[in-house]
Amino acid sequence: MNTRQKPIQTWDIHGGIHPPENKTQSLGNPIQTAPIPAQLILPLSQSIGAPAEPCVALGDQVFKGQKIADATGFVSVPLHASSSGRVAAIEDRPIAHSSGMSAPCIVIDTDGEDRWGARNPLTEYTAVDRSALVSHIRNAGIAGMGGAGFPTAVKLSPPADKPIATLIINATECEPYITADHALILERAEEILQGIDVLTHLLQPARILIGLEDNKPDAATALNEALSGRPYQVIEFPTKYPSGGEKQLIEILTGKQVPSGGLPADLGIVCQNIGTCYAIKRAVFDGEPLISRITTLTGNALNTLGNVEVLLGTTMQAVLEQHGWQATAKSRLIMGGPMMGFTVLSANVPIVKTTNCLLAPTPSELPSPDMAQACIRCGMCAEACPVSLLPQQMYWYSRAREYEQLEAHNIADCIECGACSYVCPSNIPLVQYYRASKAELRERAEEHVKAEHSRQRFEFRQERLDAAEREKEAKKAARKAAAAKRAAEKDAAATAGGEDNAATAKQVEVEAAVARAKAKKDALSEPASPSSNNEAND
Amino acid sequence: MIEFATAYPFWAAVIALLVMCGLFGGLLGFASVKFKVEGNPIVDQINDILPQTQCGQCSYPGCKPYAEAIADGEAINKCPPGGEAGIQALADLLDMEPIPLDAEHGTEEIRTVAYIREDECIGCTKCIQACPVDAILGAAKLMHTVIADECTGCDLCVEPCPVDCIDMLPIEIDLKHWAWDLPATAEANLIATDRNPRVNGEAA
Amino acid sequence: MALLHVTSPHMSRSGDTGSVMRHVLLALVPGIVVMTALFGWGTIVNIIWACLLALAMEAMVMRLRNRPPMFYLRDCSALVTAVLLAIALPPYAPWWLVLVGVGFSILVAKHLYGGMGYNPFNPAMVGYVVLLISFPIEMTQWAAPAGSVPDQAPTLGPLSALGASFPFFSSTPIDAFTMATPLDVFKQNDSLMVEELFASSPQFGSFGGYGWEWVNLAFLLGGGYLLYKRIFTWHAPVSMLAALAVMALMFNDSGSSASGGSPMFHLFTGATMLGAFFIVTDPVSSAVSNIGRLYYGAGIGVLIYLIRSFGNYPDAVAFAVLLMNFAAPLIDHYTQPRTYGHGGQQ
Repeated sequence: MNTRQKPIQTWDIHGGIHPPENKTQSLGNPIQTAPIPAQLILPLSQSIGAPAEPCVALGDQVFKGQKIADATGFVSVPLHASSSGRVAAIEDRPIAHSSGMSAPCIVIDTDGEDRWGARNPLTEYTAVDRSALVSHIRNAGIAGMGGAGFPTAVKLSPPADKPIATLIINATECEPYITADHALILERAEEILQGIDVLTHLLQPARILIGLEDNKPDAATALNEALSGRPYQVIEFPTKYPSGGEKQLIEILTGKQVPSGGLPADLGIVCQNIGTCYAIKRAVFDGEPLISRITTLTGNALNTLGNVEVLLGTTMQAVLEQHGWQATAKSRLIMGGPMMGFTVLSANVPIVKTTNCLLAPTPSELPSPDMAQACIRCGMCAEACPVSLLPQQMYWYSRAREYEQLEAHNIADCIECGACSYVCPSNIPLVQYYRASKAELRERAEEHVKAEHSRQRFEFRQERLDAAEREKEAKKAARKAAAAKRAAEKDAAATAGGEDNAATAKQVEVEAAVARAKAKKDALSEPASPSSNNEAND
Repeated sequence: MIEFATAYPFWAAVIALLVMCGLFGGLLGFASVKFKVEGNPIVDQINDILPQTQCGQCSYPGCKPYAEAIADGEAINKCPPGGEAGIQALADLLDMEPIPLDAEHGTEEIRTVAYIREDECIGCTKCIQACPVDAILGAAKLMHTVIADECTGCDLCVEPCPVDCIDMLPIEIDLKHWAWDLPATAEANLIATDRNPRVNGEAA
Repeated sequence: MALLHVTSPHMSRSGDTGSVMRHVLLALVPGIVVMTALFGWGTIVNIIWACLLALAMEAMVMRLRNRPPMFYLRDCSALVTAVLLAIALPPYAPWWLVLVGVGFSILVAKHLYGGMGYNPFNPAMVGYVVLLISFPIEMTQWAAPAGSVPDQAPTLGPLSALGASFPFFSSTPIDAFTMATPLDVFKQNDSLMVEELFASSPQFGSFGGYGWEWVNLAFLLGGGYLLYKRIFTWHAPVSMLAALAVMALMFNDSGSSASGGSPMFHLFTGATMLGAFFIVTDPVSSAVSNIGRLYYGAGIGVLIYLIRSFGNYPDAVAFAVLLMNFAAPLIDHYTQPRTYGHGGQQ
């Protein structure tokens, strides 16, 4: 029974582009499972937020799904072993980051047995306390699978004063080439919906919207067929990049804009990726933490293209080799899609929770950018910008390093979607300009905070030193007073005692001392420097 | 009144001018009271721009004293840690022409943080007394260490150390602070590339 | 093995600045064809001569600035400037007039300001205005459109046109048959009703200047092509034409001798359509946001009418454009679009 309703109203976003989709080539085969690699490299930080803290030691035997690192704060997720084996190292390894830098990782030598540790499903999730369910999800290490990797549990704990009216499930997958979510929907729609059931129970929203672009009607059909009476609305809207951005999707589905610097929760909306829903289902119903994900392997430099379920921590090299990757000089390997993904410096880096796609294009497929020409202010970038910025103005200001102007042009609201660079007829790497400028602005803000902090510490120290000085002065004065008092008492006692001899002797002594001092002073003032003259006059 | 004006045009003009002077003067006075802007005292605004390294390279004992000196007319180019950007900001604030950094007070260098080689430290506390922001931790005859987050990189602790066990290390870029640089294209240095090859060409 | 390390996005739409400019050149073709049919080969000679000069000057400047000349010639911006200027000049203009005009456009208005993309003023219009102010006689001698006068000699062919522009090439001086432009005649008129004027003067056609109607229609066609190709947005040209039409409507008094001329007359006479679709749309020197371009275009439209009706010069597009180039940064300042998530919730 098809429960497809009449079209629901959607809104349009400003700008956007229609790049060639290149999605069919990776959808030919069902999802495959990548073999267990000999070694797993698990970065302690796979999400926005604080890195996890290892809770295993070198040489420990670990089981599949065993927690190997604890979350260290509210915005942090734990880490689990993706397969059984021994902890071979806890050290810095290169990770998937556009800088090519290293970060702390737990390295596991797998034993190939893939033995599960204890699994604790929470099938009766409706019976437990809400906070227990949230912490179950947190303990499963689930972070947003769409790209940014925001810890899911944080989104599921909205403040009490901001009730959630709308739950939006993001199945847009608007980037070219990527089909991981699409394949997941086609094969595991029922499980995804079970995950959404859990979210619905947690957030109690009035509406649940599943948004996807109209370029995957088969996915919409699969979801609709699996609904079986659930009150979720599957909404298709015209394909346009970047409709899958969280803020863009919210505008498309609700017509509302998330305030700048705010969160969707400010509008009573929570947005979750469809892959995250699947991970939640696995965590709640099967007791399996997030240890694997669906990754699209695509690009003409591969022999076989498709979606694979790969254990987190498997190196890109290992997976790509199985698909016949032919790397040549000047090839690129992109984690993510062609619009927002980043190139990695080496394929020897692990696949992490946010690796939705590995794109290995041939140089002819995605040619190197041409030399940039001069900006002619044609305004195509402003037409394409989904956030209604003025990209070419920001480009000029970035070049001139006019940071106040950049802030006035709301550069902070740029989502770095790349639509402006895509349409630019002069091949200007606009997004790179914005990234650099945003980093500089961030750094300046940080420096300002630090300077403020230093100022306070300096002033505090100054005050402390002054106080110490005052105290010293006060003590000195007190000692002097005390000494004078003692001397006076002594004098008084001496006079009272009538010991004239002693008094006379003392007087003689004092007179002698005065004479000595005078002689010395005269000798000193002989060379007659102005200052000593002054002193002498005194 | 018109008769008066036509009969004594000179006096009429003088009186009219005086009346207008009084009127507009009153208006201006009223406006200055009514629309008075309570601004930060200028010293605080200047101090806000200074980098607060408290390094004393400007020859003043800290950033605040230098800010006070600038407010009294001291030159704005004596702060190497603030660099050209700082001078620019000060020039903007004080409505002056930016001037190049005074090399006498040092040059703009990458930011560093002090690091104590702890095996060599003898625990003399001299660096602790020198630190303007209390960023060094330790006690007499006990090893000292620098709280890196608090260190401003002023290097005032290096000089007093009797065993030279303090290094100024450049701050390393970590993952969170790594970012793409501005693209380096011929277009980006329009003027510079115009100039340099010509100079070379003339020299050759 | 070194993998390529580049910043996203990794995809880019095909087409470059050169292709944008080539579309513009292509869109100019119908107008040029009509002008040639009306005025003879003078326009073509102007264009070819101007293009040669512009390319040579551009290459020379790039060489002086230590840039690869071919890379910069490929963007065709110099050609667009040259062609626009050449179209704006009277056919059979002497060779030195074109030389001075192109020189001013390319060397002064474009490269002294930093080259492509940096010029605050439209280079072609700067060149045109310099010529108009310096050489008013040469600049106002327009050839008579073919067929406007009953017993007119046929328009000049290619060789004669060459001779007219480069007198030292031909043994006998060749002069094209010239006459005042319709805008001029219209302005000078203070005794005839508009209808009588149209009937009596050979300069007028059915609703605009004789022949000029067709030139403008051809440029309108070219502009439509560029709009269809999304080379630019509709905002600036449409608002300019609308402003001009509204101004004309306001001052049009059903055809007395003091009439300012009907909207149709203003839209289809002089350089209106050329200006609307090829000059006003020059992105470098115009306002940047769509709203800004609405104001920018409207300002030009109003100024064109004011200068045409009350100013001293026969046509006003160049002056109006340059005046609004001045205002573009101000317009930009006040017409920044509302960024996502900033105020004004729907």
